[in-house]
Order: sequence, then structure tokens, then C-alpha cells
Amino acid sequence: MTVRVGEAAHAQDFPAAAKELLTNTQLRHNVRHATSVIRGKRARVVGEMADWEDLREAGHQIKDHTLRHLDVYLEQFEEACIRAGGKVHWARDADEANRIVIGIIQSHGQTEVIKVKTMTSDEVGMNPALEAAGITPYETDLADLIVQLGEDKPSHIVVPALHRNRMEIRQIFLDKMGLCELGDKPQDLTNAARHYLREKFLRVKVGISGANFAVAETGAVCVVESEGNGRMCLSLPEVLISLIGIEKVIPRFSDLEVFLQLLPRSATGERMNPYNSIWTGISAGDGPREFHVVLLDNGRTNVLADEESRETLDCIRCGACLNACPVYQQTGGHAYGSIYSGPIGAIVTPQLQSMQHSQTLPYASSLCGACYEVCPVKINIPEILIHLRGKVVQNGDAPLAEWLSMKAAAFALSSAGRLAAMQKLARFAQWPFEKDGNLHHLPGLLGGWTETRDLPSIPDESFRDWWAKREKARQT
Amino acid sequence: MNLARQEILQRIRKGLGAVPTNRAEHYEEIGRRYTQTGGLDFESKLALFEDRLRDYDAVVHRCSRITLRETIADALKQRGKRQMLIPEGFNADCLPSDSVEFVRDAGKSYEELDRSEGVLTNCDVAVALSGTIILRHSFAQGRRALTLIPDYHLCIVEASQIVETVAEGIRALDNPTEPITTISGPSATADIEMTRIKGVHGPRTLDVILVVD
Amino acid sequence: MLISLFITCYNDTLFPNTGKAVVTLLERLGHQVEFRSAQTCCGQMHYNTGYQREALPIMLQFLKVFRGAEVICIPSASCVAMIRDHYPKMAAETCDPEIIAEVTGLLPRIFEFSELLIDKLGVTDVGAFFPHQVTLHTSCHSLRSLQVGEKPAILLKAVRGLNLVELGDSDQCCGFGGTFAVKNADVSSAMLSDKTRCILDTGAEICTAGDNSCLMHIGGGLSRQNTGVRCLHLAEILASTERGGGL
Repeated sequence: MTVRVGEAAHAQDFPAAAKELLTNTQLRHNVRHATSVIRGKRARVVGEMADWEDLREAGHQIKDHTLRHLDVYLEQFEEACIRAGGKVHWARDADEANRIVIGIIQSHGQTEVIKVKTMTSDEVGMNPALEAAGITPYETDLADLIVQLGEDKPSHIVVPALHRNRMEIRQIFLDKMGLCELGDKPQDLTNAARHYLREKFLRVKVGISGANFAVAETGAVCVVESEGNGRMCLSLPEVLISLIGIEKVIPRFSDLEVFLQLLPRSATGERMNPYNSIWTGISAGDGPREFHVVLLDNGRTNVLADEESRETLDCIRCGACLNACPVYQQTGGHAYGSIYSGPIGAIVTPQLQSMQHSQTLPYASSLCGACYEVCPVKINIPEILIHLRGKVVQNGDAPLAEWLSMKAAAFALSSAGRLAAMQKLARFAQWPFEKDGNLHHLPGLLGGWTETRDLPSIPDESFRDWWAKREKARQT
Repeated sequence: MNLARQEILQRIRKGLGAVPTNRAEHYEEIGRRYTQTGGLDFESKLALFEDRLRDYDAVVHRCSRITLRETIADALKQRGKRQMLIPEGFNADCLPSDSVEFVRDAGKSYEELDRSEGVLTNCDVAVALSGTIILRHSFAQGRRALTLIPDYHLCIVEASQIVETVAEGIRALDNPTEPITTISGPSATADIEMTRIKGVHGPRTLDVILVVD
Repeated sequence: MLISLFITCYNDTLFPNTGKAVVTLLERLGHQVEFRSAQTCCGQMHYNTGYQREALPIMLQFLKVFRGAEVICIPSASCVAMIRDHYPKMAAETCDPEIIAEVTGLLPRIFEFSELLIDKLGVTDVGAFFPHQVTLHTSCHSLRSLQVGEKPAILLKAVRGLNLVELGDSDQCCGFGGTFAVKNADVSSAMLSDKTRCILDTGAEICTAGDNSCLMHIGGGLSRQNTGVRCLHLAEILASTERGGGL
């Protein structure tokens, strides 16, 4: 099994990527605006719910329970889906998933597919794989369309094109849709997208989707959306293929009552999103004649095996943590180098890849806890970040200078005598850097501080020195 | 394929280690202190539903069973509709016989649906709190494409079909085998500078006739 | 009451005046302060940076030093959060019932500074005088882990001559985050920039908080930009009287 999470294995280190992106003022402006709008909307609709905390707790418990018995629930789902006329495939990794999907498409002699938003397909790199096999994928989510036509990468889980403003979008549409003219109001752009995509919806024979939830008991699959392109891709083509991560399973149909409350309020700040599609296998005379589910592992079993961070898989992809994150707000999603960005991305990306890549992501956080506060299924992201940092260190992947400093500090902090000695040493060693009561141009790791902030020099007398003197004076 | 299945299940079992065997009991122990049933009275529930629909800019026509026929005629006249599609199994008793032609969706092509002026259906259940209409796609309420491709959807909601909470709505569906679509206002996107724009795909205009007896 | 002070490693080294202010204030309120000189650190820096193994002996040292201390005052919300949020887990991982029991017994005895004053000592007006315009930064640990709520503000509002101005976007992290401040220095200073803007918008002369870690970072930015605004720990304001600062 070779796990692939988009291009995350080759991504720049977070600090380096962030540094570059911080200079992009348009991006920062857009991200700040977008995240604060959704934050505000979310706060309003969550504030309406007196039982919000109870819903969160139920969501958390349902997910935890399901993961604890995941094999049974997956088998149950498979059985129910097949009984209802669906076909179920299992993919160990990204390549296998793509092979299966391409195989299905080619068996029908098709060379085009319409796709409804699914981050899972980005994760496995499905579009490049389809194109290499001579199949053209059409993204139909407006934001994914913008990203695809703009030959760009998504930067947010729920609003992937939030780094683009309307003038940029207008230009992309003009260039790529073969239009002679186009207004610049959001309504104009939306109408252009509607027109461009409509003929594809009515014509293309194969649809590809992901899923938000897969019900074990009945085999039902649920897709949550706003634009209607989901409904189009799920019910108009003759063949439907849904790529579903194994963690999307929930035990019963009635469990949707919890998640269909948690998800829309957290993701877009609405009481309910415009459309939810729930279907089970095949329905005669209505929709696809063939329905394929591809259940995807691609590293999820790695995450499952770590009891301390297993709850990472509780995630329902609402994006609320991104909107709440003060780090994400500064850099946007591209800095994380992964389709999964923000706080959830920082924990899921390295874990899917068994900590072999994306090791700077667990450190891309000040541990402020805003993400945990808004997570609808109560994933303790800060706790997991700390746990993953521990893994980085344990695997011997911490930067040497840091490791040495931390070892030295641990030595100093394990006894008061040593601490006092270290304090004296530091007071002495600061001398070359000290000027006017401040420290300047500190070397190495600490240089990052003094580049942008003053640092007062270490006082001559520590608190314990002062106390000791005072006690002595009192005794005499 | 079977090898993949076997391997994945094996990896799951290995990763989970020893698992308690009383899964069903475990499931029942999940804490569900969230609100399951609403507390509003009938009129308040109706008023809330209407209010939420109006939030979505849906036009709501209230009527009784006796005035349903003329209300349908009125609603369609206001929108200038002369021909409307209906599901194959739609009960035509309530339909006005003049002013509008009603055509059953019997094997129409997508292009025909696209050219139509609009579609009229009933629904299965509605949720007041979120202004949601839920369709159970069937002979009576029509296939999915029927309420998706036409640009105008007029939906008849019986007051007795309205529940207050999302939880009640999901429960009312009771493990459906048919496809389900929940509709909460017309389609929308906020992908362009976070401005909420209505009417991307799917019917851009949604009107509701609320039948109250 | 006999109150045992855990000064914290960084206050001890870099902000001794905060410790002095705590002592002065508590003695003024009629209590006796002890300082167990074998104390060092709570282990937060190591634990949060991924050096959990190295944090364990530091925790054990803490437990040893404060055995038998009935009331422990800690003028640092992040250190209190470390103890409350992570000591139980660290103890559980040792599988040693004695350590687990000791941590369980420790938790009810520790108090963040504003918690100590309001919850334990039942005091809201500490008799302080500080005639300045002040804004309060609510550190993430105090806000989300400890949930101190209004306590610091209540204490500040009772200070004579003090004009407390509300800080905008107060739930936003200042960008310190421990080693984050140097490991991700660019993002850290971008976050600091937002916090600085909010502080300057208040027109306050002084920014206060219950955490010198945040204040060191915020103050470092305020002084680098020559803003004319400085930072001061809550304890130092509360220790201040007509006769001067907390000494």
C-alpha cells in the first residue's frame, strides 16, 4: 500500500510555504474576509441551538463508536448496498482506487465524466490519473470549476476558491469558457457557470462523486451540497461511481438526524444547506442504472491503529476549524501543501502518510484551541497535534539544533540548582547581544524572535535570587 | 478486489485490537440528549415553516383543501405558466382543468424536461425549523430528474406533513429505500467573494402551496 | 492562609517583578507566602513541542516539590493548563498508581492567580491604585482551558483610577504559542500584527494579561514598533498602590 495524499509528499515545509504566502496581500485579504464571514454566520446559527453541545457530544460518540467497530459496519454497508443493486469495490491505496474507477469507465467505453465535489478524489489524484487514461473529468462544483479552469489548487475544504476574487474568476471564465464578454457581478459569473455546465449534465454518461455519509444498516449514501450540481451528477448519468473513505460510515439512517444538523451549521453557517441527496443502490426508472461504491483506505487504517489520534477520523469535513484558525487566517490553505488544510489538515495529512511526510504540519499551530471549540464532533485537535509532535521527535526527525537545545533545557529544568546555574550562564552569554536593555540579533532558533520583536534582556536578579535575599534579610 | 477487501478488513481489525463484542449494546449507550421532538403548537409550527420559506424568497400560498384547485391555478398564473409537468403517479383530483395543461412525466428525455416551463409535485415531509421540503422519489412524487431539471418547482405541502425538527423529519422517512432529496430553498453558492448567489443549478424558483385544513 | 508560590521558570528568569508583585499583594491581603526553592518548571515547553519523555521528570519534580502544599498560586494560565490538561494523562501513561493518585490530589490545590484571588480568597477589590488606561488580553489558555471568564476583568474594574477598555477580537490568539513563536516566526508575527492593531485601537497605554508568555511576545512587538504602549502582568497592576508599583 502506497498512501498518496495529493501532492503532500512533495510539499514545501510549512514555515517556508507560509513565508511566501504571507507576502500575497490579495490572498490574505480574501482569506480574512471569507473566514470572518463564515465564522459570523456559524456563530449565529449555532447560537440558536440550545442543544448544540448535546448534538456535538452525540456526533462524537456516534463516530467513536463506529470506528471502534468499523470492520463490522463496513461489511454491513457492503451487504446492504449490494442487496439494493449497488456494486462495492475496495481500494487499499490511491493507485488502486484510480485503477478501479478507470476500469469501470472504460468498460462502458466512456471518455468523459462529470464530477461532484469530493476531496477524496483530490487525495488520490484522480483527475491526473483519468487524464492519463484519456478520460476528461469535468468538475461541476463552482469553486472546483474555478480551480480546475484556473489550473490552480483548492485552498479551503468548503470554499476551495476563496483565494480568488471575482475579477480573477471573471478572467478565468473568459479565457477558458470561450466567452466573448462577461459581466463582473457574482450573478453574471454564476450564470456563466450554469450555462457552461448544463449541457454536460444532460449529456455525460458517467458521474463521479464522494459521499458525506454511508449508512451501514440500509446501504444508503448521502451527499450534502448547495448548488445542485450534486443532484445533477448523482441522478442524471447512467453510471455513478462514488469514492468513499472508510471513515464515512455511520451505523443507522436515523443517525443522519445528528449529522445533518451539525454539518450545515458548521460548514456554511446555515440551518440547512439547499440540497441533500440520499439514495440506496439502484432505483428502477430513476437515476443511474449502475452504481459503484469504491471504499477507500489510503492510510486511514494507519490513523485507526493509533488509539490516541483515532478520533481524527471523526471528521465530517465541515471546515469550521479552518475558519476559526488564526494561523489559517494568515496563510490560507496552500501553505499546508495538502488537499486537507487548516487544523484538520495538520493532523490528518501526516497521519495518513505514517508521519513520513508533512512533518512540519503538526507544528503549524499555536495550540490556541479555537478549532476544538468549533469542531462539531469534538475532535481534540490540539491534543492530537501535541501527540503528533511527539511522534516526530520519537522518530528522530526533530531538527538537530532544536533537539540539542531541548535536551539541554530538560537537564537544566530538572533541578533548581541547575536552573539557577543556567540562569547565571544565560545572563553572562547574553552580553554580546545586549543593548539598551534589549537583546538583538539572537543566533540560531532564537533569531526568528528578534527579527520582528524586541526581547528584554535577562534581569540581573531572578525571582529566586530576590526571595533568597529577602529571606536572609528577614532572618537577621 | 477480494484481496483488497480482505487486507483492509484485516488492517482494521489489527489496528483496533481487542474489541468489546456487545456492539449493539454499545450503540444504544450513545448519549442522545439533543432535542428530538419540537415543542411548538400547530399554528406556531406553520408560521415558522412559512417564515423560513420566505427567508429563501419562496412564494408561499396558503389555502384549504377546498380552495387548493384555484390556488394552484392562481400560483401558476402569477408565474405565467401555461404547461406544467407532473409525476407519473400524481393524483390529478386537485388540478384545475382549464388555464394550465398538466403533462405526466412518462419517459421524457432530459432535453424535454429542460424545455418545460416547470414541475408540480407533492412532498413527503417538511421540516419547519429549517424550512426544508423532503421528496421521496417514487411513482407519486416523481423521479429525481423531474424536480431537478425544470427551472420552476411548485410544491404542495400539507400542513399535516410538517414536523418541527430535523430529527423528526429524518425519523418520519423511516429507513427509506427510495431516493430522497431534501430541499431548503433554491440552490445557492457563496463561492464568489462569499456573496450568497441563488440559482446555480436546479430550479431557480421554488414556490410552495401550504394546504391547511 | 499559607500560599505556596509556583513562580514558573520563565517568570523566575525573565519577569521577577511579577513574582515580587504576587508576594507583595498576597502579603498585603494578610496571607503568608512560601517559596519552595527546589521548584523549577511545569514541563509545558517540552511537552507541547513533542518532547513528552523529557517532560516527565520535570512533572515528577513538580509533584515532589509541592507535596503537602495546600494552596499553590501560579501567575501563568498556560502553566496551570499544562497541569490540568496534561498531568493526568502523563501520570496515566506511567501506569504508576502512586503518581496517578498524586496528580489527582494535586489538581484541586492549584490556582491560577485570578482564580486564587476570586475563588479561593473571595476577594475582588484588592485595594489597588493604578491611574492608567488599560486593555486586557485574554490568553488562549485562560479563555479556553481554564475558562477564567470575567475574573481578570472583575479584578481590574475594582482598581482605583484604572480605565479598562475592551479589546476587540479578544478571542484571537496573539501568536506566541510557545516554540511556535520561533519555529513559525513569520506566521507568529503576522498574528502579532493583528493583535497589536487591536490593542492600538483601544487607545490604552498598557496591555495586561495573566500570562507573561503572551505579554513578552506582544510587548516585543509593541516596543519594536515604538508604539508607546507597554505590557504589564495583571499581578503588577493589582499590587500597585498610591505608594507606587508592586514592590
